[in-house]
Amino acid sequence: MNLVVETMNNAPAQPAQKYAQKDFQSDQDVRWCPGCGDYSILAQVQRVLPDLNIPREKLVWVSGIGCSSRFPYYVQTYGIHGIHGRAAAIASGLKMARPDLSVWVATGDGDGMSIGGNHLIHVFRRNVGIKILLFNNQIYGLTKGQFSPTSVEGQITASTPYGNIDHPFNPLLLALGSGAGFVARSVDREPKNLQEVIRRAAAHRGTTFVEIYQNCNVFNDGAFSTMTDKETHDDNVLVLEHGKPLIFGKDKKKGIRLNGFTPQLVDIGADGDAGLIVHNEKDHMLAFILAGLSSMPGMPRPIGVLYAVDRPAYESDMVGQIEKVKQSRGEGELAKLLQGGETWQIEW
Amino acid sequence: MLRLMVGLLVSEAQTDAQPEALPTISDRRKKETISQMATMTKKTQEIEQVTLRFAGDSGDGMQLTGSQFASTTAMIGNDISTLPDYPAEIRAPVGTTYGVSGFQLRFGASEVTTPGDVCDVLVAMNAAALKVNLRSLRDGGMIIANSGGFDDRNLKLSRYESNPLEDGSLSRYQLHLMDINKLTASALADMNLNMKVAARCKNFFALGVTYWMFNRPLEPTIQWIRDKFKKTPELVEANTRVLHAGYAYGETTEIFTVRYDVRPAKLSPGTYRFITGNEAFAWGLIAASVKSRLELFLGSYPITPASTILHELAKHKHFGVKTFQAEDEIAAITSAIGASYGGSLAVTTTSGPGLALKTEAMGLAVMLELPLIICDVQRGGPCTGLPTKTEQADLLQAVYGRNSEAPIPVIAPATPAECFEMAFEACRIAIKYMTPVLVLSDGYLANGAEPWLVPAPESLPTLPVRFRTEPQGFEPYSRDEQTLARPWAIPGTPGLEHRVGGLEKQHITGDVCYDPDNHDFMVKLRAEKVGRIANDIPLAKVDGEESGDILVVGWGSTFGAIRAAVEKVRSTGVPVSHLHLRHLNPLPRNTGEVLSRFRKVLIPEINLGQLSRILRERFLVPAIGLNRVEGLPLRTGDIEAKILEVLSNGH
Repeated sequence: MNLVVETMNNAPAQPAQKYAQKDFQSDQDVRWCPGCGDYSILAQVQRVLPDLNIPREKLVWVSGIGCSSRFPYYVQTYGIHGIHGRAAAIASGLKMARPDLSVWVATGDGDGMSIGGNHLIHVFRRNVGIKILLFNNQIYGLTKGQFSPTSVEGQITASTPYGNIDHPFNPLLLALGSGAGFVARSVDREPKNLQEVIRRAAAHRGTTFVEIYQNCNVFNDGAFSTMTDKETHDDNVLVLEHGKPLIFGKDKKKGIRLNGFTPQLVDIGADGDAGLIVHNEKDHMLAFILAGLSSMPGMPRPIGVLYAVDRPAYESDMVGQIEKVKQSRGEGELAKLLQGGETWQIEW
Repeated sequence: MLRLMVGLLVSEAQTDAQPEALPTISDRRKKETISQMATMTKKTQEIEQVTLRFAGDSGDGMQLTGSQFASTTAMIGNDISTLPDYPAEIRAPVGTTYGVSGFQLRFGASEVTTPGDVCDVLVAMNAAALKVNLRSLRDGGMIIANSGGFDDRNLKLSRYESNPLEDGSLSRYQLHLMDINKLTASALADMNLNMKVAARCKNFFALGVTYWMFNRPLEPTIQWIRDKFKKTPELVEANTRVLHAGYAYGETTEIFTVRYDVRPAKLSPGTYRFITGNEAFAWGLIAASVKSRLELFLGSYPITPASTILHELAKHKHFGVKTFQAEDEIAAITSAIGASYGGSLAVTTTSGPGLALKTEAMGLAVMLELPLIICDVQRGGPCTGLPTKTEQADLLQAVYGRNSEAPIPVIAPATPAECFEMAFEACRIAIKYMTPVLVLSDGYLANGAEPWLVPAPESLPTLPVRFRTEPQGFEPYSRDEQTLARPWAIPGTPGLEHRVGGLEKQHITGDVCYDPDNHDFMVKLRAEKVGRIANDIPLAKVDGEESGDILVVGWGSTFGAIRAAVEKVRSTGVPVSHLHLRHLNPLPRNTGEVLSRFRKVLIPEINLGQLSRILRERFLVPAIGLNRVEGLPLRTGDIEAKILEVLSNGH
């Protein structure tokens, strides 16, 4: 038995008593700017964690660099504040080494989609069982306001005084295209939805990806205002529910159907609800269509779980393969390794 | 008297061990029988050491031929050192000079420390192989040339104006011609093999000829052929036949009048095996994993010449080894850092360009103070450089190459087999001091092989690990008084929840801290922690006189060449001392004192003077460099000449 397994032998599988939100608050002062959307995300996470019924010591938060990446310092669990872009890789290594842990990643649009883009797409492809929350504020906050890979075209930022000429990533499409098995979105100002999505992510095995629209009130204030302002919210947010038709709007009078492969707005009052798309989390092609709504003018942006299919997690396959080899070859023995195969004796 | 037993594979070993072994199967006896037969017609000449080089197209199987000759030679008790020398191109166009692959080996009845400066015998499978390798053949040396590889097309591709086998340009050498292509084809004539398949057997003909010439047994290779091709019996038959044909050719043909015998070397008693540096490194890691009871995790990205460590470890999953082929060099090291945080014995392996990419993450490992083994199998550089060639030019990168003050212990094996010990040593230091450790191997050590006296597992020390479990008084950056190591507190341990990260740590608590005094303190503390490892490593030990006119100092794979040169000069009655450094950061405590006892310090390196720079800076010694950066091991002759030059002209 290796030393880690032996050390963990006596650790309880479940918390002795149910945690409260404050049990997940660390003793560190939270240092985000007042009014930052990160506060809400932290609060929702700390609200959900007690419900997961996972011992606090089994949770690890891993991050890279950026405003969002300060997250691990504020959660009373284990944590690694890594280097820029590498959270997914650090977390992957930890999860492979320790499948018994619940490993979470807090990253941002710069950390995750730019410098760390390579790790993100590969973790999706492999389906390592880590939970990734990507705080998307469409700006570099910590370095003071340069455009990010999700900034919109034409955006004026510190490094694009005449407007951004980069075309942005759609994180959900990137995740789906890379083979992610769980893809969801929420918004910092939608606490209920955010909690629900985090709960779903926690329950899913394999990689989970949650894009969270997050307002940077200093460098990119109001980037998602149409989705968060009371007056415009209902017409711009489409809440996804598995098995339910895509209906939104103030009086639930708007819907979406397909015309060929193209989504089309439907005025339910005038046209009725025939042919509305019914959400199916297991439909990969539908997930692509829903993810694509974000870049179609006049369309609402979906929040909730776009796609969730169950497939074996990478670390389980890794352990499974080791067990198989052990069964067929027997547990490794050093003497056999060193003295096996082609050897010869020299005797005096 | 030296009694030798060839324990090839179990069945044969048993047969061999029986007192009344049958002459049909015992390697040694068979060899003697054949040898007796041969001496009836041909003279056998005993020689002390010989250097042999096989050269051909990269698709000709020269690496295989060389390694077969080498392992057979090791098994019959010669000391041996090998140098595979192959191009970066996998299958360069046939017949071109840039597609030539070579395998050099030196073996002997006495200690062999290098694969040889120049070779005594060159086997050239085609014109290009001759063109590229002739410069490595000594004057008067022997060429065994496959005349079938010297047709017009071959000559044109290798830019020969006329056929060197016929134009007298090789008159300085003993030239033996044989059309191996034709001889191979005729040995297989009745087998109805596809022409291409048949042609591919020709390396075994060359091997057979050399086996005859140096009086080696065929059985180990025949057994190897049987295992290798067990799914295609016709290939077993074809290759075995061609091997025999080559052997018989040597015996019966008129062209060879002499064969050579190299008596077994007087190696220490025990169990031996033939091992390359990368295999030895992988096994050293496995041994450390067993002895520490930590799960081994390797995060690696394929890169020549380090990849075979990944291949080797991937074979040993029954030891619970987790190998992760990452998407890039950065993911390779950062995944290892994650695994180390989780309580694994974590390793990442790479070569120079990959080490450059890992730089920032090495800094993270320094800040997190977690055990991590980083192995850099150095190759020719800069940039992509010479991927398949050897070099020692990453020393400064290893010792200093990170932003800010980021001390990392650096150690380097001296020989292929020593990669085992150094892998184990790296793990020992990493675990005990909670630090990343960098191991500098190189292309020559990685692919070179030598006989290795296999250690008994129980002779290896245990590597004690204590995960912190006691919550009372736990502080993530508190320290062991002696080693300054911080506690290893792994996730899953109740009550020890804590956060680590790349931001500066407050002493003791590990909280993020921007305090100037604390930063100054921590920078010095991290340096002190690595510095204290000097108390825990062997003192520098001089080979030869303890003081005198000249000390030759080396590190890494130049050990063998330097030792051979030093011994050669000594044999003329001139005292020369040799110091080999395995621990490069920190250096052994007495290094400065040792250096000060000599009037002159000569440092041969395959770089522009990196160890020289470090020793000059640390100890203000006027070190003299011998610096050749060819992508090849240093030559004994060059070092010998330099020693004499330094001694004579006073510098």
